[in-house]
Amino acid sequence: MAIFLNENSKIIVQGITGAEGTKHTQRMLKSGAKVVGGVNARKAGQELDFTEFDPDAVLTVYGTVAEAMEKTGANVSVAFVPPKFTKDAVIEAVDAGIELLVVITEGIPVHDTAEFWAYAQSNGNKTRIVGPNCPGVISPGKSNAGIIPSDITDSGPIGLVSKSGTLTYQMMYELRDIGFSTCVGIGGDPVIGTTHIDALEAFEADPDTKAIVMIGEIGGDAEERAAAYIKEHVTKPVVGYVAGFTAPEGKTMGHAGAIVSGSSGTAQAKKEALEAAGVKVGKTPSETARLMREVFQHG
Amino acid sequence: MDLMEYQAKELFAKHGVPVLPGNVAETADRARAIAEEIGTAVVVKAQVKTGGRGKAGGVKLAENPAEAQEKAEAILGMDIKGHTVHRVLVTEASDIAQEYYVSFLLDRANRTYLAMASVEGGVEIEQLAVERPEALAKIPVDPLAGVDAVKAAEIADAAGFTADVRDQVIEVLQKLWTTFTAEDATLVEVNPLVKTPDGKVLALDGKVSLDENASFRHADHAAFEDKAAADPLEARAKEKDLNYVKLDGEVGIIGNGAGLVMSTLDVVAYAGEEFGSVKPANFLDIGGGASAEVMANGLEIILSDEDVKSVFVNVFGGITACDAVANGIVHAFELLKERGDDVTKPLVVRLDGNNAEVGRDILDRAALPLLERVDTMDGAARRAAELAAAK
Repeated sequence: MAIFLNENSKIIVQGITGAEGTKHTQRMLKSGAKVVGGVNARKAGQELDFTEFDPDAVLTVYGTVAEAMEKTGANVSVAFVPPKFTKDAVIEAVDAGIELLVVITEGIPVHDTAEFWAYAQSNGNKTRIVGPNCPGVISPGKSNAGIIPSDITDSGPIGLVSKSGTLTYQMMYELRDIGFSTCVGIGGDPVIGTTHIDALEAFEADPDTKAIVMIGEIGGDAEERAAAYIKEHVTKPVVGYVAGFTAPEGKTMGHAGAIVSGSSGTAQAKKEALEAAGVKVGKTPSETARLMREVFQHG
Repeated sequence: MDLMEYQAKELFAKHGVPVLPGNVAETADRARAIAEEIGTAVVVKAQVKTGGRGKAGGVKLAENPAEAQEKAEAILGMDIKGHTVHRVLVTEASDIAQEYYVSFLLDRANRTYLAMASVEGGVEIEQLAVERPEALAKIPVDPLAGVDAVKAAEIADAAGFTADVRDQVIEVLQKLWTTFTAEDATLVEVNPLVKTPDGKVLALDGKVSLDENASFRHADHAAFEDKAAADPLEARAKEKDLNYVKLDGEVGIIGNGAGLVMSTLDVVAYAGEEFGSVKPANFLDIGGGASAEVMANGLEIILSDEDVKSVFVNVFGGITACDAVANGIVHAFELLKERGDDVTKPLVVRLDGNNAEVGRDILDRAALPLLERVDTMDGAARRAAELAAAK
């Protein structure tokens, strides 16, 4: 088992003909993920040759997500469309009823995200949206929807949920000998679909996940909310890390959502909330990895 | 991007939120001329992006143009909480019968918008929210439904606006909502919204924050940037499309990925405690791909920072494997040399991740001047702090 994504996941790529879409379709195929088609209304009908990366992968570009799902049986979409078109792409995927939609695109206006999130809610919340501005989801050895490198680690008992891409890769690398059930990059925007709490809930229910790493950063109060959730609902060991202790007030640190506003959203407050919920919080990524290692040594 | 009061009021006026006539001045002479045009008593207000301007002496009433000039002279150049005043807003003076508060903002936690309103305006809203939360109405706004007259009435009534101003407030709320959505704002706040003695409702002061991700559909927003107040290094970095924030410290930082760079700053600060409180000098994220060109641009900015004594390049090879990153660093040194910007400060490089061995080997064989390689992030941070302290 894994969460959100498994060996049966069939993936389509919205924006497959763009530079990023093409590059990461190649990588996903190479890692063994079942990418079954692409979507681009202006290039519908084209056949794309990816056989260099997977001998069976001659992929059709469909005009719509609905058509791609109907023809291929896809249940997952990964969107690489440019920011100004992302809202429409998400609404299209939601309308088509895709189960999982991973939005990689960075730089989407937050009003667009708030609108497509509200739209997905009003539409019965049938689509799990991950992102935007995220690296995606990987269940090592099973499937890979997004841009997380697949050659860092294999499958194993750790579940990971993170706002940051590179810190996800770093943590996967530090704990590569133990391995991961699923890693979920939820993204660094102020408004995101899947939250820390959603991933924690799924990991708690996943029999293959024995322990969870949660990576947060400054801005908002998602980590504080996750801490309250952990205290109440999570029985598996959770190890945490929070980035941005030295970030000054009022400055956006790379991610659109990473900003300390007044006295709210500080790393210190997040760390304290997590520790109060019984989460061991590492001072550095390496120390966090060590704490996770101890969970398994004492296991 | 946070706007100054006069910029916020420009947007209010554009969308029909009532404001008093006024204009912005960078000199005392200009302030006098604006006061003459207005022809009544005026208020001269320091334009800085911080609260507490009044208490600091940055807001003054002037009965006539000569007095406006005098007050502007005193306020221009003033320091308010570390912000130098470069501009004053000269605006018609108004008597106030009552002060209110209204705002729309992004509610991150609930992934929606929030309207806030109170009939007790004019104070810091954070203070009101803590001391008298019952006096501050908070109404969620559905991004799809927006704010029409019915929704605006709901907000006004929740806050308890009285019948004499209710209709005007409902009108203001709808116009303010238009400002919020049409300008891609994350905050539009009127504090205070006032009732004048003759019963008119006006926005006397305002705050607007704009979403920079939406700049592709707002070419006019670029004009709001306060280039004079921007840090010169941040301005140069922005020209080169670099994600850079200047900090007060001695260890220059380059890394790939926002989370990893934030983490790098923290790790350097911890390590720096051992060496007389050495601190990170900047945030610089060169992106997951870590290309040579971007690396060279980043190094150029950081090496030109006079406060920087050592540089820590912290790259995790994920999407771009370490051998490509290492070649990128070597190439970046060549590019810098071609540009006549030789590397003059010690560099500590930590390269880990996919193909780490090959990448490290490439760096070792290149034997770049002043470059040291340390394998772990914590170890490299310590070394970079040590080198900065030794300078």
